[in-house]
Amino acid sequence: MPEQGQAESPLGAERSHQTERPHQTERPMIEIRDVTRSYGSFKALDDASLTIKEGEFFSLLGPSGCGKTTLLRMIAGFDNPTSGLISVDGQSMEGIPANRRPTNMVFQSYAIFPHLNVEQNVAYGLKRLKLERSEEKRRVEEALGQVSLTGLGKRLATELSGGQRQRVALARALVMRPKVLLLDEPLSALDKKLREQMQVELRRLQQAVGITFVLVTHDQYEALAMSDRIAVMFGGRIAQVASPKEIYQRPVNRQVADFLGGMNFVKAEIVEESGASLVVDTLGFGRVKTDRPKAFVRNGGAATLGIRPERLRVLWDNATAKFEVAGKVVERHYFGEITHLVVEIPGLEKPLSVTETNDFGADDIPVGTSIRLAYDPEALVAMAD
Amino acid sequence: MTGMRRFLASGWLSAYAFVYVVFLYLPVIFLPIFSLNSAATPKFPLSGFTLKWYQDLPRTPALLDAAWNSLVVGVSVSILSTVLGILAARSITRYRYPGRRAINGLIMAPLVLPEIIVAISMLLVILQLGLSLSLLTIVLGHVLICVPYSMTVLTAGFEGFDRSLEEASADLGESALGTFRRVTLPMVAPAIVSSLLVCFTISLDEFIIAFFLTGTEATLPIYIWGQLRFASKLPGVLALGTLLLAASFLLMTIAEILRRRAARRTQNEGGLHA
Amino acid sequence: MTAAAEGPPTLGIIRARRNALLLSEPVQGLALISPTFLYALVLLVLPILVVVAHSFWTQNYLTIDRTFTLENYRAALTEPIYRDLLWRSLYISMMVSFFTVVLAYPIAYFISFHGGRHKSLWLFLITIPFWTSYLLRVMSWKVILGYNGVLNSSLLGLGIIDEPSTALLYNSSAVIITLTHAWAAFAILPIFVSLEKIDRTLIEAAKDLGDGPIRSFLRVTLPLSAPGVISAALIVMIPTVGDYVTPKLVGGKDGVMIANAIQAQFGKASNWPLGAALSVTTMLIVTLMAGATVVIIRTAQRLVR
Repeated sequence: MPEQGQAESPLGAERSHQTERPHQTERPMIEIRDVTRSYGSFKALDDASLTIKEGEFFSLLGPSGCGKTTLLRMIAGFDNPTSGLISVDGQSMEGIPANRRPTNMVFQSYAIFPHLNVEQNVAYGLKRLKLERSEEKRRVEEALGQVSLTGLGKRLATELSGGQRQRVALARALVMRPKVLLLDEPLSALDKKLREQMQVELRRLQQAVGITFVLVTHDQYEALAMSDRIAVMFGGRIAQVASPKEIYQRPVNRQVADFLGGMNFVKAEIVEESGASLVVDTLGFGRVKTDRPKAFVRNGGAATLGIRPERLRVLWDNATAKFEVAGKVVERHYFGEITHLVVEIPGLEKPLSVTETNDFGADDIPVGTSIRLAYDPEALVAMAD
Repeated sequence: MTGMRRFLASGWLSAYAFVYVVFLYLPVIFLPIFSLNSAATPKFPLSGFTLKWYQDLPRTPALLDAAWNSLVVGVSVSILSTVLGILAARSITRYRYPGRRAINGLIMAPLVLPEIIVAISMLLVILQLGLSLSLLTIVLGHVLICVPYSMTVLTAGFEGFDRSLEEASADLGESALGTFRRVTLPMVAPAIVSSLLVCFTISLDEFIIAFFLTGTEATLPIYIWGQLRFASKLPGVLALGTLLLAASFLLMTIAEILRRRAARRTQNEGGLHA
Repeated sequence: MTAAAEGPPTLGIIRARRNALLLSEPVQGLALISPTFLYALVLLVLPILVVVAHSFWTQNYLTIDRTFTLENYRAALTEPIYRDLLWRSLYISMMVSFFTVVLAYPIAYFISFHGGRHKSLWLFLITIPFWTSYLLRVMSWKVILGYNGVLNSSLLGLGIIDEPSTALLYNSSAVIITLTHAWAAFAILPIFVSLEKIDRTLIEAAKDLGDGPIRSFLRVTLPLSAPGVISAALIVMIPTVGDYVTPKLVGGKDGVMIANAIQAQFGKASNWPLGAALSVTTMLIVTLMAGATVVIIRTAQRLVR
């Protein structure tokens, strides 16, 4: 194990398993059991249950006010559940104050102590451990190295850029070697370019140190790009927990589908329902057989089918496909590398959104053109309304 | 260009501002001028430069006693008011509870009460209880009127304070007491020093309450009040007044610098796109 | 077995409850503020209640007769000397707060809108004179306005007058001038704060919609700064009603105010209950006047719109 590349980082070496997800195990690191947090009659979190595994990069995704930050703060110990149980590494967190929990947090405002320099900020938590001076210095240096801030230790906190503050906040938490690192919208204050760069770096860092990361974000791309698994939350409830791909491609309901990106919704009639599959009739796509989602609750004979705009392809000239629909282009929007087409299909109450890359000239299709679209029936997903 | 236009547009206002500042400073400026004038009555034209009024000051035992009393009272008042101010300002800025505004209003009330009412009502209670008047009773009265000022200075210092700094400290393993010592205190230290200075200055200058609540011992304003009856003592009083003015100016300048430093600290914390 | 299983949860619940009590926000907040609150209660509220109680009693030489009576209030409100003093105190404090606010508004406006980077320097400059002793500031006005004072000697020197004027000092105008000067900073600060809070785009919007500088000032800036004007007026008016030093030093016979009468009752005249009744009356009148000021300014604010 130590001979691998990550041996440079002692944090990595401690738990290194060389697989694609080097540190991820099936062992639960955080368990949330029936947790409710109410403020008077308002429930910020409503009966949430969740298991986050050791070494996992886990994201809590949802719009503001969905309860994701409340949940994160309860894991950190800044808030307490009204009912339910939170445990970290098999130990119940009930009655344990924030300063005795094996978790550390990167705050949304970064909360860099303005009266201390970078080094003193990073060493803040170590002072309590009463380490040898040389050992403390070594760990601070190592943490600064991990976030590429080597050499900036003497800078005052007030002299740092937004990106640098974020790195100090990370180093300050990582140097404590927590079992879980909590990140509260850490990238929201950065501009777009820096944010994308930090996404990659954060992911790399997590792989290197192997600590369980729990990220709170309202940015679906951020969650999709960085996470092993995502919990999507709405109105204090957890709507779906799955891998990014699963969440994106097989959302359990329209709300989740909508939040993760564009989705065409098509009304459908249920013809046949068996354990694992569903046969439905639609006006535009005809009869379709799809997987029956686990969370599917039949509500009369109606259902909704969804298909992502990029899963519809324009058929050029005489090309044919096994599954296709015909319609007429009514709007065209140019976005540089892609073009967004709005296509009216006879029989569908709403036109379909289609995203097509521009390498074949989709940006030149005139409005009013009759076109055919190919699709894969696998891409049509049934969901609860 | 725009600066010039703005300046011209505000020309009348600038002129007014200048006249107004002269009006504010004029009476104050006369103190040092006539304290250095050799004539015993303050009038123009000036008769000659002298330092004798200043030289006489240290030779007046009553004045030295009064100065010492003012110092003792001022230091006690500033410490007591600031401690009470810290507790209250921290509670007001950090916690939400029923009656918060009402309690705050009561604590700030001495600011908008005629001082004579505060003075005579305390006097009445002290006499009723059969306590004797002393420097201690002055301290009690001064603390009452200084706490609102202390609160104002400290609330401003505490308000900009990002609560997540304390959470970050707890998150990194520090206890509540340790967090107060290592994060809260250093952050608000300038505001605290500023409060101490403001309270000291107020106590040093306060007359009415001291006048009513004093026993036999005089503070500087009471001493000055006594001297004002004698026209011949006026230049000496002017000299003393000039010294007090200089002391107040110095203390307030330090307080202001500290207050700004505290404000800058907390403001910088907020700015993420540095 | 069962006993052992039941034991810990009970303890846990007790601990949880105690924690909840210790940690609950209101309890912590109240505990923290209680020393300051109690201080104000014992040294401000209690004494004022004692004053109110005294105002209903009578004094026979050194003993207090605790039979309820309204005699003190009758004296305070009907005896010409006290009635005049109350009226004069009200008149002076009204004039002082009117002049301070009117004089202070342009300065506050200037600092807020044209202060540029030097706003806080301007504010500091303006507050400095007020950190010098009140007593000495009043005395400097005596030096300025006196018979042999700065103003008279300058005017004589310049040949504008032949003999020193006695009209400058020892009257209510002298009191008004001195108090207007003494309270200037207290009026500037609240007005400045309320002007600072005005979103500048609102004024731009008014101009965009066709208002000239004066109309936009009258229709947007002035109404929005009304809260500052109100608090400035009150902050000056309330304490000046009960001012003691200024009338005593520069007021002479014609400038005596109610505070001097109150002091006399607690000093030489030694009639505490009457002094108490005068104090309570003053407080009540001040409260009424403050309320009236708020109503008047609010009404004016509505009419301007």
